Amino acid sequence: MAGHAKLVAQGVAVGLVVLLFTLLAWTLLTNEGGDLAAAAARGERPQAPDFTLERLDREGELTLSSLRGKAVVLNVWASWCIPCKDEAPFLEQVWQQNRDRDVVVVGLDAKDFRSDARRFMKRFGLTFPIVYDGPGDTLGGYGVTGFPETFVLDREGNVVEVFAGAVNAKEDRARLRAAIEQALSS
Amino acid sequence: MRRRVVVLAVVALVAGGTAAGAGPPNAADLEAELVCPVCETTLDQSNAPIAQRMKAFIRVRIAAGDSEQEIKDALVDEFGPAVLATPPKSGFGLLAWLLPLAALAVGAIAVGLLIRSWSRLRAPPDDGQPLDPQLERLVDDELARFDG
Repeated sequence: MAGHAKLVAQGVAVGLVVLLFTLLAWTLLTNEGGDLAAAAARGERPQAPDFTLERLDREGELTLSSLRGKAVVLNVWASWCIPCKDEAPFLEQVWQQNRDRDVVVVGLDAKDFRSDARRFMKRFGLTFPIVYDGPGDTLGGYGVTGFPETFVLDREGNVVEVFAGAVNAKEDRARLRAAIEQALSS
Repeated sequence: MRRRVVVLAVVALVAGGTAAGAGPPNAADLEAELVCPVCETTLDQSNAPIAQRMKAFIRVRIAAGDSEQEIKDALVDEFGPAVLATPPKSGFGLLAWLLPLAALAVGAIAVGLLIRSWSRLRAPPDDGQPLDPQLERLVDDELARFDG
């Protein structure tokens, strides 16, 4: 009986260790977000994680993959983020200048109140599609570590370039425009 | 007269307790029970812009007469269930409450089994069994030598 109990206890302990290792491996394998920026910097084009989120600019939802065939400038922002305020007018300008060229600017408002986000959109006259992710569930897949971050995706939904931080400097804005051209040409 | 005073005092205490329980929620208590979605600490520990905004939201909703549950529900609607410092005691969140109890129960059973197996290993030999006569003689000889 004692031997049997010991065997069961050992089996449970080994099972627990295996379970913990499996969880660790699963977490490491599925957490690709942090690699998106690194892979894009190496010249690779990793697939952007798909999402379906509630829209703030109008009723309904937006699925990222529904924009296949167009270049997408995906900007992650929040109303409480100060650099986002400087960046917003530029993104609206990019949208206005490129909307007839198969380019869509998509704002992803995260970790924010809907009402604050709508006030922000009104204040800066944002007219491009904006989706809402209050809990920030999509951010992990993109490896977002701060606000704002911008991802330029090609027509197949692959990441061409990542901008961590606001695209406010002259060089960064030129780089974003170049990334859009690159995304359109693929 | 004395009995009436005691009854009145008890009624006043009960009424006071009920009134305190049904009063408006306390902002400080709520801030300790809700998590800042950016820094992932409770609101009372955070000075992040979104935490400040959430604190202001809580105060406005308290002033508007909302209950603690209504305020929590409103914040869960914006930021998801992770905004609650403690998981809900229903649905999937119930697992977080039950698993530690289950782990404790499994641990207690394991310890019980171990103690039982150890105590069996150290149990004295059965007194009912006769000693080997040769061994008994040897022990007697040794004892006699020791005494002598």
